[in-house]
Amino acid sequence: MSRELWKEMGLTQEEYTKIQEILEREPNEVELGMFATMWSEHCSYKTSKPVLRTFPTEGPRILQGPGENAGIVDIGDGQAAVFKIESHNHPSAIEPYQGAATGVGGIIRDIFTMGARPVAVLDSLRFGPLKSKKSRFLLDGVVAGIAGYGNCIGIPTIGGDIYFHPSYEDNCLVNVLCIGLIDQKDIAKGTAAGPGNPVMVVGARTGRDGIHGCTFASEELSEDSEERRPAVQVGDPFMEKLLLEACLELIKTGYVVGMQDMGAAGLTSSSCEMASRAGTGIEMDVAKVPRRETGMNPYEIMISESQERMLVVPKQGKEEEVKKIFAKWGLEAVVVGQVTDDGFMTIKEGEKVVARVPAKALTDMCPAYTSEAVEPEYIGPAQSYDLSTLPEMEDYSQTLLSLLGTCTIASKEWIFRQYDHMVGLNTIVQPGSDAAVLRIKGTNKALAATVDCNARYVYLNPYAGGKIAVAEAARNLVCSGALPLGLSDCLNFGNPGKPEIFWQFKEAARGMSEACLELETPVTGGNVSFHNETKGEAIYPTPVVGMVGLIKDLSHVTTMNFKKEGDIIILLGENKDELGGSTYISVIHGLEAGNAPEIDLKLEKLVQRSTLELIKEGFVTAAHDCAEGGLAVALAECCIAGNIGADVNLTDGIRGSSLLFGESQSRVIITVPKEKIDAALQRLKKLEVPYKVLGNVGGKALQIVGTGWKLRLDTAELEEKYREAIPCIMNS
Amino acid sequence: MRFGVVVFPGSNCDADCYHVVDQVMGHPVTYLWHGDKDLKNVDCIILPGGFSYGDYLRTGAIARFSPIMDKVVEFGEKGGFILGICNGFQILTETGLLPGALIRNPSLRFICKDSYLRVEQNETPFTGKYQSKQVIKVPIAHGEGSYVADKETLEKMEKAGQIVFRYSTSQGEITQEANPNGSARNIAGIINEKGNILGMMPHPERCAEAILGGEDGKLLFESLINWWQGGKA
Repeated sequence: MSRELWKEMGLTQEEYTKIQEILEREPNEVELGMFATMWSEHCSYKTSKPVLRTFPTEGPRILQGPGENAGIVDIGDGQAAVFKIESHNHPSAIEPYQGAATGVGGIIRDIFTMGARPVAVLDSLRFGPLKSKKSRFLLDGVVAGIAGYGNCIGIPTIGGDIYFHPSYEDNCLVNVLCIGLIDQKDIAKGTAAGPGNPVMVVGARTGRDGIHGCTFASEELSEDSEERRPAVQVGDPFMEKLLLEACLELIKTGYVVGMQDMGAAGLTSSSCEMASRAGTGIEMDVAKVPRRETGMNPYEIMISESQERMLVVPKQGKEEEVKKIFAKWGLEAVVVGQVTDDGFMTIKEGEKVVARVPAKALTDMCPAYTSEAVEPEYIGPAQSYDLSTLPEMEDYSQTLLSLLGTCTIASKEWIFRQYDHMVGLNTIVQPGSDAAVLRIKGTNKALAATVDCNARYVYLNPYAGGKIAVAEAARNLVCSGALPLGLSDCLNFGNPGKPEIFWQFKEAARGMSEACLELETPVTGGNVSFHNETKGEAIYPTPVVGMVGLIKDLSHVTTMNFKKEGDIIILLGENKDELGGSTYISVIHGLEAGNAPEIDLKLEKLVQRSTLELIKEGFVTAAHDCAEGGLAVALAECCIAGNIGADVNLTDGIRGSSLLFGESQSRVIITVPKEKIDAALQRLKKLEVPYKVLGNVGGKALQIVGTGWKLRLDTAELEEKYREAIPCIMNS
Repeated sequence: MRFGVVVFPGSNCDADCYHVVDQVMGHPVTYLWHGDKDLKNVDCIILPGGFSYGDYLRTGAIARFSPIMDKVVEFGEKGGFILGICNGFQILTETGLLPGALIRNPSLRFICKDSYLRVEQNETPFTGKYQSKQVIKVPIAHGEGSYVADKETLEKMEKAGQIVFRYSTSQGEITQEANPNGSARNIAGIINEKGNILGMMPHPERCAEAILGGEDGKLLFESLINWWQGGKA
């Protein structure tokens, strides 16, 4: 075997030697291709595994943790929510429309592979600032791609988060979360059990697209990446809609032993993972795989990443029934092989064996790497940057307007208006709120979901930032009236071979784990995306948290808009004099410095529990989390959403900038009707949660009065600034 | 009143229409498979929204050739009730059951939001429960919703009272700003001359329950059922 070939495929000397040891011979080209794709970082998690193992993954609500196509949480009444988040960063950076579209398609398949009907999609997006033409091009293409796929397949895109920062200029992030609903009795797994059972390829035909997509995802972007465009797959949402309906119909028959979508590493990964999970082998003939191109060789067929395909293992003798269902939907279903008991992946072309590799060698035997972790040099100076001497802005009103007009904070309506967020008739809280809320038809329950990560905090202090990402996601769910159940994470980092990057990764994961434990939100799976670097510059470390919660009674659904004149505004939690990592110092002072906000998980939990208690007891008319832009922006958002003003007094002995725009954690704004205020305050005292009565809802302006200063703006003015920032840039 | 919801490959509002008829209106409803030729004795056919055949070639262009469509056309020509929503409206114009065509939004973007409609014609089986000139809030969700027709056709429809819904402001003014997709004369929904086939881009099934933000769409289904039961438009 030439050194060039295995190197070209992205394998290391150590890995190549290990393959020789496993096989006790030289691998041929097909085998090498299978190892290279399965042992890529994207598929093997070889660098991240030791860290991922530290996440808490168990809890009373967890029906399926990491290791399957998606995680599953129990939502009562024999029902479950299936969800997972995945990245499609590099493809989107090269070809934004198809990159994002196939990102949506891929994660949707992960959900219906488990037998669940996908009911919602959320996206977490990161781009460079929109003043650059490239960022506008990427945003435009990514949003159109998500819309193009999601709208067509008919799964509502109900929410998400988006940040703009220079570190994502050439390496945008596109993370997609999909949620499905299932009756627990229908849960399907990705296992190829039962030797003798047939192995079937169903759905679209196989072509040469997306060859080496996962190895491409496991390297840094460079100027040459443009040439990788053919590694980006092309999506066909119509085909996937047919595949979705056919697969769900098939699962209802009870004929399915196991099923898995062909995502990264296509036929190779789906087959060996299914065999490995079941402890079986698979023998298949690539000549039987339906192709849409002529002259494809076994190597190409095995690693093609053509979209909208699934591998199905039905019970022996049910092949014709399977074919009938797929034919009804105009799709092919072809028997390509069978399950064996020898533990080997035996790949044939006709009668000729073209590859023979132990299934477990591909899935489990990739060498694990424990990278060195070293604190980056920027951390010390950044954290100790003295923010106490920053000059105070004279005009807080103008500052608030500037923040509301910052793309990261401003209304995302320009984006979500392009998404069909209503199809399915379940969306009861529109995008733009703390969390998206879906009713569950036929019950009095609802699901809430959110995606969150403030990467600036993670950059300044990965440990605290990791905790905050989890805490904020949970807080958003609680503000919607939901009990957080579990999370799926998408860990976007730079090159883990660099000790500084690996340190960020480890520290962020350590913070996340602690928060998961304290807030009782185990990790049910997710995805690691390394090598998010261009020309050696890494993105801000961005561990995105996708979290799902349960609203037990529809009457608990809570939104952020201020509702009624006279409602009393209460702040749960504590204001602190901290500006580190805030949007305020970034936008106004041009600083990315200071330490991340402090986070006390005990206080966080208390604030969340108290918020939820009050909601359940019927005290709360609106609830909103304080996040980017601090208390002032949170209050403005409540006013804008409710089209009503508020009168607020802030009397803490803290400088105005920190009080208004600081991003202290564990704070929630709620409103309580006047007639219930005494009882509500008594409840809060009993819960022993710190709180402050801030003022009341009413009028047509937001007025905040502090010691020696006053901020006053008409809600109409707030709204104009907030709503027009992004359209103004994108439509010009 | 028995309803049938046609399922084309790529329909995605079929289950929503089914849900509204079944769960909200409490009337019998069945799916009609595009490949079948049996209308199962329904009294009203709903052509639902979605992306039949992936919107490939042109919206609705392939769906009109589905085996069931011959029967649907026959049914409509005999006076049977047909409601085409969004992609269903596009299919109706492709079959010629309704005049005009739907082309891409001038923004070239998909638009999903609430829109205000003014009820222009309440003397139809589909709109009898609305007040004349009533303003209703109904969501739109489409990339190709810009209604076009030649001037003669438009004039003829105006005179015959075939324009049923127009995009308006929340106050009922017909303005350019209130027109989300550049439709000719702010047209959001039209009916055939006989008054038994309605096509509209907005989605009444998405606003038939208070929990989803409004019930203005429910009145359309109520109107139809009321007419069927012998009530008046």
